[in-house]
Amino acid sequence: MRILVNEEPRDIATATLAGLLDELGYGDARVATAVNGAFVPASRRGSLTLDEGARVEILAPMQGG
Amino acid sequence: MLFYGTELSSRLMLGTAQYPSPEILADAVRAAQAGVVTVSLRRESVGSRAGQAFWSLIRGLGVPVLPNTAGCHTVKEAVTTAHMAREVFETDWIKLEVIGESDTLQPDMFALVEAARILSEDGFKVFPYMTEDLVGAERLLRAGCQVLMPWGAPIGSGKGLNNVFGLRALRAHFPDVPLVVDAGIGLPSHAAQAMELGYDAVLINTAVAQAGDPARMATAFRLAVEAGLIARTADPMEQRDMAVPSTPVLGRAVLA
Repeated sequence: MRILVNEEPRDIATATLAGLLDELGYGDARVATAVNGAFVPASRRGSLTLDEGARVEILAPMQGG
Repeated sequence: MLFYGTELSSRLMLGTAQYPSPEILADAVRAAQAGVVTVSLRRESVGSRAGQAFWSLIRGLGVPVLPNTAGCHTVKEAVTTAHMAREVFETDWIKLEVIGESDTLQPDMFALVEAARILSEDGFKVFPYMTEDLVGAERLLRAGCQVLMPWGAPIGSGKGLNNVFGLRALRAHFPDVPLVVDAGIGLPSHAAQAMELGYDAVLINTAVAQAGDPARMATAFRLAVEAGLIARTADPMEQRDMAVPSTPVLGRAVLA
């Protein structure tokens, strides 16, 4: 299945958002996720299934003003 | 002065962006004795641990964090970003930015009020980055904000307080609301001026981060904010248009 992760196309084997984070090697990294423009809390990543073409955003802490 | 029930250890809020290195950032935060540091969220490429390293550094400094929604141009973007920030940074504080114009990075006051209402209803403690608009301020308070953060000048411009009249009017109209000058401050004297006007805090980033010696400049800002705050509580004299001799006139010799 092909999806977009931070706007980059990726072919993935997993069906869930939690599976995607594992597959991409984020491990226990402190990140926040959104799918198709909507926030997905960490507690819902395991049950959230990704569809073909899903737009996933994975954000991490960064410097800010 | 309480910010959503919290007494800050200092009235200087410091941004964490644009420093030459993480070490210099840490030195600047320590030198500033910042009461709050602002942080953000950005994409992290697979395999990069930059965000995780940054978060470790910030946590190590032991200063409360205020996440922002920088770069958001719509209510939806800002609200979604706020939710993501709340989870990552484990705080319900949010510096709400909804930009309306790209050249000046001027806040979109209409979208800001709407986003502030949505987030306040959802339990967020919103610090809105706003213009010095008096009516907009009233709407933001009605939307649930208990802190207001008017700009001094456009972000990163270093121009100082562009509209002292407007900032003074805000202070006079909302004597009990915590007010923070956010953005545009370029020099410690600007920060002192904001505090002398009765503002409760200032938020600085570029002026410290882009100084040749950020830690030294952070010290200067710390002293300026403290000086302005003390001056305010010392009840400054009124300005006059004409000179009034300070040396006594009585007893002056006639030597002409």
